[in-house]
Amino acid sequence: MDKAKIVIGVIGADVHAVGNRILEYAFSSAGFDVTNLGVMVSQEEFIAAAIETDADAILVSSLYGHGELDVRGLREKCDESGLEGILLYVGGNIVVGKQPFAEVEKRFKKMGFDRVFAPGTPPEVDIYFLKKDLGTLTEAEREAGKEIEQYNEHAEVGYAGSSTD
Amino acid sequence: MQAVLLIDFGSTYTKLTAVDLDKEEFLGNANSFTTVETDINDGLARALAALKTRTGELEFREQLACSSAAGGLRMVVSGLMPELTAEAARSAALGAGAKVVRTYSHTLTSPDLAEIREIEPEIFLITGGTDGGNKEVILSNARALATTDLQCPFVYAGNRVIADEVSEILKEFDLTVCPNVMPRLGELNIEPVQERIRELFLESIVYAKGLSQVEELISNIMMPTPQAMLKAMELLARGSGRVEGIGDLLAIDLGGATTDVYSMASGSPRLSSTVIKGLPEPYARRTVEGDIGMRYSVDGIIAAAGIERVKEISGLDSDSISHWCETLRADPAQLPDQEEIEALDFALSCLAVETAVTRHAGHLEEFYTPMGQVFAQSGKDLRGVRKIIATGGSLIYSSTLNNILSYALYNPQDPGSLKPEKADYLIDKNYILSAMGVLSERYPDIALKIMRKELLHE
Repeated sequence: MDKAKIVIGVIGADVHAVGNRILEYAFSSAGFDVTNLGVMVSQEEFIAAAIETDADAILVSSLYGHGELDVRGLREKCDESGLEGILLYVGGNIVVGKQPFAEVEKRFKKMGFDRVFAPGTPPEVDIYFLKKDLGTLTEAEREAGKEIEQYNEHAEVGYAGSSTD
Repeated sequence: MQAVLLIDFGSTYTKLTAVDLDKEEFLGNANSFTTVETDINDGLARALAALKTRTGELEFREQLACSSAAGGLRMVVSGLMPELTAEAARSAALGAGAKVVRTYSHTLTSPDLAEIREIEPEIFLITGGTDGGNKEVILSNARALATTDLQCPFVYAGNRVIADEVSEILKEFDLTVCPNVMPRLGELNIEPVQERIRELFLESIVYAKGLSQVEELISNIMMPTPQAMLKAMELLARGSGRVEGIGDLLAIDLGGATTDVYSMASGSPRLSSTVIKGLPEPYARRTVEGDIGMRYSVDGIIAAAGIERVKEISGLDSDSISHWCETLRADPAQLPDQEEIEALDFALSCLAVETAVTRHAGHLEEFYTPMGQVFAQSGKDLRGVRKIIATGGSLIYSSTLNNILSYALYNPQDPGSLKPEKADYLIDKNYILSAMGVLSERYPDIALKIMRKELLHE
C-alpha cells in the first residue's frame, strides 16, 4: 500500500523549529510520507500543500500561545478548497495561560479539529491516533495502543507561556 | 579572419551581428524588418546588405540563429495550485525562452478549453500534483484536453504516478512524458522539461511556422531568442571555466509591449535565521511583464505605478499625459522627438524599470512575534548584485540611461523590496547578448570574451 501522506508545519508567526524537526523525523520513521512546511506557515500554505500532495491529514503545531487565533477558520477553508473531510490535528501550547485541557480540546474540536493534543504529547501518541484514524493500525499496534488511548484523558492542563524556552 | 554571422529573427527586426573568431571581436551589426509574411530570407538579405556596407565584404564560415519571429514560442501551461505547480510550470516555460500566453490552475473548464483552442499554443505543458500527490484534477485535465482537436505537442511533467494513465488518455496526441516539475512540495526540477521544450522547438516548431523556403536557414535556428539571452547572461555571470565571469547580475530588456528581467544570482538570505517562503527560484531566472512596455503597454505602466508618479517624474499634468499616451498608442513607431514626449518617455521608462524589477526581485517581510523580530523572505535577495545590464532599444538609445536604471536600485522608501543596493551599469549598446548566447553554443570562451569587451570595455 502507498504510504499515508501528511502535511505538517508550525502555524502563524511562530518560529519554533526544533519540535517541528522532531515531528518530521518521528512521522517519517513511522512510515508516513511527510511534507514539512517548516515554521511561520499560513492556513493557505497548509491547504495548497495538502491539495498538491493529496494529503490524508494536516497536522498543525503551535507553540507560542496564539494558536487559537491562528487556526480559526481552517476547517471552513479546507471545505471551501475541496478538502472536505481531511483529517485535521492540532497540538502544542495552543492556548494562552493555564487552562483545563478538556475545555481546550472541546473548543478546538468545535472548530473542526479531529484530534487535539496537549502540551508535551510524545510523537508516538500522534502516530498511534493517526494510524487509527486512517485505519492502518496493525493488530499489535492496536493492542499496544490501549495505554495511549488513555493519554489525552490524563492531560489536565493546556499551558502556554508567551515568553518561551 | 574567421567571420561568423549571428542572426536574431525578432518579432519586428531581424538583427545581425558579425564576429571574428580569430581576433575574438565584434565586427558590426545591422537590422532590417522581419519578413514573416513572405519569407524571412527577404529581411535577412536586406539586413545582410546593410551589414556589408558597414563591415565590407565578409565570408562567413558559419551562420547561427535564434528566433522569436511569428509570435515567439507560444506556450500554454497548466498546473494544480496557482502558487505551486502552475507557477513551477510557468517558470520552466519562461526559462526555456517561451512566451507563456496563459497559465491555468485547478480543473480545466469548457470556457478554458475554448480559450485554449483560440490561442492555438505551439506547446502545451501539463503539470500538477507532486509525485504520489493529486491525481483527480490532472487526469480530468488530460481527459478534457483529449476532447480537443489541438495539434500541438504536449509535454507532461506532473505527478509521476499517473504518467501512464495520462499517456493512455492522450494517446492520439504527440505527448512526451518528462520528470515532474515539482517531485516533492517546494522542490523544483525544471531542467528536463526545458530540454524537451527546446527539442520540440528545434524539431518541429520552427518548421511548422513556415518561416522560410530556405531549408538551411531554418536549420541554423538553434533556440528561442529569450533562451539565447539567458544563456549569454549565465555565461557572463558564471564564466566559462577558462574565462572568468563577472559575477551576479541583473538585466533589463525594456521593450515596446513587454519587459523582460533576468537575474543571475542565488539570492540566498543574508541572515541564516531568515525564514524562507514560497518556491525556490532558479539561479538563472527570467520574468516577463506582459503589461509593462514603452509603446503597446503604456497603460499598464501607469496602472502599476500610478498617475501621480508619472506626473512627479515627468513634470507634466494629467491632461498632457493622457494626450501624449493617446499619441503613443495611435503611433507606436513614435520616437521621443518633442520635449513633452521625451519627458513622458523618461518617466515611463523609469517606472517600467522600477515595476518590472520590483516584481522580479524578492521581498523581505518583517514580523514582530512573541519571540522578537523575525524576517521572512520570498524570492531572491538581489541586494548584493553589483552589475545591472541594460538591453533593448527603449533603453540603450536613451541619453538619460543612468537615471532610468537608478530606478532598479534598492529604495529605502520600500525597504522590503530586495533590489541591488548599488551597481555598475553596463550597456548592451550593440545589442549583442542574444547573438552571444547563440555563439556560446559552439564557442563559449570567445562569446564571453566578446561580451567582456563590449560591456566592460576591456
